[in-house]
This record gives sequence, C-alpha cells and structure tokens, in this order.
Amino acid sequence: MALKEVGPMEEIRNHMQIPRPEYIAGGHSACQGCGHFVIIRHLLKASGPNTIVVNPTGCVEVVTTVFPYSSWKVPWIHVAFENGGAVASGVEAAVRTLQRKGVLSEDEPINVIVFAGDGGTVDIGFQSLSGMLERGHKVVYVLLDNEAYMNTGIQRSGSTPFGAWTTTTPVGKKWKGEWRVRKDMIQIAVAHHIPYAATINPAYPVDMYNKMVKALKADGPAFLHAYSPCPTGWRFDPSKTIEVARLAVLTGYWVLYEYDHGKYKVNVPVLKRKPIREFIKIQGRFRHMTEEQIKRLQEIVDEQVEMINKLVGRTVIGPVEG
Amino acid sequence: MPRLALTTNYAVAHAAKDSDVDVIAAYPITPSTPAAEKLAEFAANGEIDAEYIHVESEHSAASALVGASAVGARTFTVTASQGLIYMSEVLYIASGLRLPIVLGVASRALSAPLSIWGDMHDIAVLRDAGIVTYFVSSAQEAYDTVIQAFKVAEDPRVHLPAIVDYDGFVLSHVTEPVETLEKEEVLKFIPKKITWNTLNPKNPISMGTVGEPDWYYEFKYQQQVAMENALKVAEEVDEEFGKVFGRKYGVVEPFMMEDAEVALLAYGAHAGTARVAVERARKEGIKVGLVRLKLWRPFPVPHLKKLFDGISVVGVLDRAMSLGAPRQGPVALDLMAMYASDPSSAPKMASYTIGIGQRDVRVEDILYIINQLAEFAKGKEIPERTIPIGLRE
Repeated sequence: MALKEVGPMEEIRNHMQIPRPEYIAGGHSACQGCGHFVIIRHLLKASGPNTIVVNPTGCVEVVTTVFPYSSWKVPWIHVAFENGGAVASGVEAAVRTLQRKGVLSEDEPINVIVFAGDGGTVDIGFQSLSGMLERGHKVVYVLLDNEAYMNTGIQRSGSTPFGAWTTTTPVGKKWKGEWRVRKDMIQIAVAHHIPYAATINPAYPVDMYNKMVKALKADGPAFLHAYSPCPTGWRFDPSKTIEVARLAVLTGYWVLYEYDHGKYKVNVPVLKRKPIREFIKIQGRFRHMTEEQIKRLQEIVDEQVEMINKLVGRTVIGPVEG
Repeated sequence: MPRLALTTNYAVAHAAKDSDVDVIAAYPITPSTPAAEKLAEFAANGEIDAEYIHVESEHSAASALVGASAVGARTFTVTASQGLIYMSEVLYIASGLRLPIVLGVASRALSAPLSIWGDMHDIAVLRDAGIVTYFVSSAQEAYDTVIQAFKVAEDPRVHLPAIVDYDGFVLSHVTEPVETLEKEEVLKFIPKKITWNTLNPKNPISMGTVGEPDWYYEFKYQQQVAMENALKVAEEVDEEFGKVFGRKYGVVEPFMMEDAEVALLAYGAHAGTARVAVERARKEGIKVGLVRLKLWRPFPVPHLKKLFDGISVVGVLDRAMSLGAPRQGPVALDLMAMYASDPSSAPKMASYTIGIGQRDVRVEDILYIINQLAEFAKGKEIPERTIPIGLRE
C-alpha cells in the first residue's frame, strides 16, 4: 500500500513519508559528513517553500553563499554573527505588519527560521536570542550544535563538552582539554516561558522532522537544539556522522526530549545506556582523556539523565548497562 | 497643517508616525529617549500602525530593522552616543545590504569620561559607514528632514540608510513650534512602494552573501556610486519638498556670503549661534559669511567650492575630535581634502573645535573666531593645528 504523501507542516510516521522537494541545493562546500546539512535539509522539507531563513555567521553561511552562488531555494539573509535572534525578530515583525497592512498576503503564512551555530547562540548571540524568546516572536530558532567554533578552525565555545580537545583548549602539560561543563540551552530557552523547545538529532530523522513541524505550529517562539557531529573538528571518519550522532543518544549524552507547553517528554527512551566510553572512543578530540576524566564525564552525563528523568517524572533513560 | 509645540525628539517621532513606518525597534539612551517614548505612546494609542520591537540593545535595534527592512518594511529608530556606536557594526551592514533604514540621532559625547551631554563624537564614528547623513538646526527642520530622508534612502539610485542628526539637548530637548503634516499628504510625497530587493518566498534571493576578493570590491564601489548619487537626489528631494510644502533647506545653507571675505563653516544647532555672531561682526565692519553644512555624507563638494570661491579664509567649527589626525575636526579634514587636488583654488582654512561635551558656546566665542579669521585674512599665520575654543588653559 502506498504511503500517504505529506506536504510541509504535517507530521510523518516514517522516513518514507519525508517530502521529496529540496530547499537546499547540493554543490556547496561543506566538509564531507557535515551534520548541519542533514539537519537543514530535513527541517526545510518540513517548513516548505513559504519560509525565510536567517543565518548568522558560521560554517553554513560561508559554505552556501559565496557570491555569485547560493544553495538556498528559500529567501535567506545573513547579517552578522551575534544577531540572529534580533534579525529574525525584525523579519517576523515586518511580515506580521505587512500582512496586516495588505502588502503581503495573509493567506500564505511565512515561516521564519534561524539556523545558527553554537558560537552564534550560546556565546556571542546569547543576548539577541534571549530578547527574541522573551518578546515572543513566532520564530523557530535552530541551534546547530557542533560543540565548538568550527568555522574559524575548532575553538572552544560555551557548548564544548567536558574533556574535549579544541585549538583553544589544547592538551598540554597543564591543560587536558576543556575542563568546564557546557551550558544547558534547553533549560535556558524554557526559562523564557516559550511554548516549545526540543532536542533533535540527525540519526533520528522522523523525530527531527516531526519536532520541526511542532515547532513551526507553536504559538510563539520555538527552540530546537540540534546535535550536529563535525568530522573535521571532532576527528572522526566522515562516514561515521550518523553513527556518532546515534551513540550520543544511546549513551545518554544527548537525550532526545521536548518541552511542549509545560510538559516534558522523552521521545527516544533508552532503557539501558551504553557507557560514555563507547561515545568518546571513536572521536579523536577525546583521545587524550585519562580514566579520571572519563569518570568525570560519565558523572556529568549521569547528572543530566537524572535531571531529565525528574522533569518527565519517571525513569525513561535507564542506568548504564553492564 | 497642525502647528504643535515639539522638542526635536518629539518632532522626529511625529515625522516617523506621519511617514507611516511599519517597524520601529528602539532602545532608550539619553538624550534620544523621549523620541523612543513618544513612538511607544503612538503605538500604545493606536496612532501608528507599526510593530514596536522592545529590543534588548541598540545592536539588536539595528539588527531587527535590517531584518524588517529586508522584508520590505519602512523602518525607523532613534539613538545616541554609545548606542549609535554599538549599532555601528550593523549599520555598516545595513548600508552594504542597501537597506533604506532611517535613524534619528540625538548626538552626544562618547565615554570616557562618561558624559550624557551633547557633541558630535558619536556621528563622527559613523562617518565612513555609507550612510546618508544630515545635520539639522531646528525641530521643524528635523521633522521635514526625516520625511526627506525616507525619500532619499528609498530612491533606487540610492538605497542606503539615512541618519538625521540633531544636537543632544540643545535641539533634542528644546521645544519649538513645528508645522506637522497630515499622513495622507506625507504619503503622497513618499508613497509606500518597496523599491529595494526583499526576502519574499515568491522570488527567493540570498542577502548578505560572502564577497571574496573577486567580488567584494565591486560591492563597495557600488555603495560609493550610490553615495555620489545621493547628493543629487537629496537636492531634488529638498526642491520637491519645498514646492509641495513650502519649506526647503538646501544641502548647504549660505548666510551673508554674497560679499563675504572670510567665512565660517558650521553645522547643527551651533550654526544658529554662528549666525548671530556673523550679524554682530558685520555691524563691526567685518565682511564675514556663514555656510551651514546640512548634508555631511555625501559631502557637497561642488556646492562648497562655489560658495568658498574667492573667500580668503574659512574657519570650520567642529563638535568632534578625530584624535591624532592632522586636524581634529572631522569636517575640517573633509574641507581640506576637498581642495587637495587643486590647492590654488583653496581658501586658507582654520580648524576649530567647539562645544565638546556640551562646553558652552557663546556668541562671544564665535566672535573671537571671526576676529581671528579676519587677522588670518590680513596675513597672520594660521597655526598648523586645531584651535580649541573654550578649553580650560
């Protein structure tokens, strides 16, 4: 039996239903195995052609729009690094006013999406994002998190995990990679009283797609925190992007959950977690880690899992196996 | 035409309202705050059909307006001082993206030390940003110039942001009679027509792309061409405004220049003080004239050359200091550069700084300058530096 075809803005049941039209063209100069484009491609399919993309400075911007070329089949704007939230606020406010005044048709709602990196979101663009969320602009803000400043060549950000090597947290006699714990952006987003926030992961495309649909339909700002493996910066083979992404979920390092109008839900339960060692051993950025550091990273993951289990009110992410 | 008692802050807010702006994004900063408040009051009372974005910084104010303008909205904000230079990163981009955003700037000193008082250090920072920049000298002129600025900025020959700059406190907080216009007649003068490239799903474009060495230069050069066009467009728009509404200002405004031997070049509110000083000096027999610089960017070279033809000495009164430059006054530097390729046609030029951090500028101060200019005309040597007026010895 043929599967029902779905249009943009409709939830799907399996990956065969993902619409065929593409809104981001190939031929761009992203690295092989870049997680960003698996994510963007699927999210734009969910959003459809009536979309305006705001893209703060970062890998995605520089690899897709070297003049006179562009990979974007929907309207796209890049302004600066730290102002994705504010630019999107202006786009959304203008669309709303111009629709009210009859300059733009009210019959065709326009989705406004931000695709920003972790630097442009958790660090330099933090204030701009906070303003956008607090003011209630109907924008879907997608954080493409590859856990460091990759565009400038792998420098640490406020989203770099404990233990990770970067060029600004190098492994030396005194430093052994990043020694601090990353920010929790979902909780920060939720603290702005927004209707919808969720984590997504390219190894789970149906979950990712449907969360985008929910985000687009939310009656206010929505925040999607996308886990985006970076073969270049994390030092793994470009063929392993999805494997790394999946291991992040199976180890509890990256819990797929959502906050929907006050209710938390874990979308991909993991009854028995794999030890964090499984996740870090295939990435060169963690190669230097000592037993003590690995133990500490496991504790950080355990604490996060415990917090999320508390938020949903039961143990959805189980203990480490073995 | 309603006649209202308005400060310049309120006058620019009224002008934005009467121009039917679609999106306002404003962040309070002294001395521009009352303009942001007045716009909020208009929005609160439904007197303006616009989105008012309560941004969390000036940087976001400029960024939100870039986003809004990129969709086709008519956009406006007000700011000053640290706020303007905080916006500066984004305003350079707004110019590069060729977006017709209009700003009112209540010019104020820059920290440190902190000063909430007026001078033009803030706007001087934006001098090279590719923004059409007006100096006004009254609340009425501010009102009229905001409307003109939309017409210039949205003209397809220009497509650049525009700033209407007015002196903090001396203009921003002083109440004057202002003849405002009805929205309908303003919109006849500046129709709501999206003349620039916008983000529209029906015709998707990419804005703000990467300009590699094989293209960046051409983008920048086009901005320069647009700036050059803006001089002609600003004149045309002022002429047309004069025909329709009966008030025009010119890109430069000469006063008693017909038979002048020495001249002052001034801008903003202090041009008014200079005018009084010129009248007094004339009574004392000094043949002095005054040129008020209305348009700073683009710099009205042919107009100034014509006015200063045959003038012996020009004294430039600047309210900002370009520290470490051959002269501190930014407009003095422009004037000197203007004659660089043809020094034989140049008058002698003297650079003065006045009113820095709102140091009081009295008519007597300007009379002192005029007397000096008369001495320079007779052959006294002009010092090879900027002469500070009113500075503690």
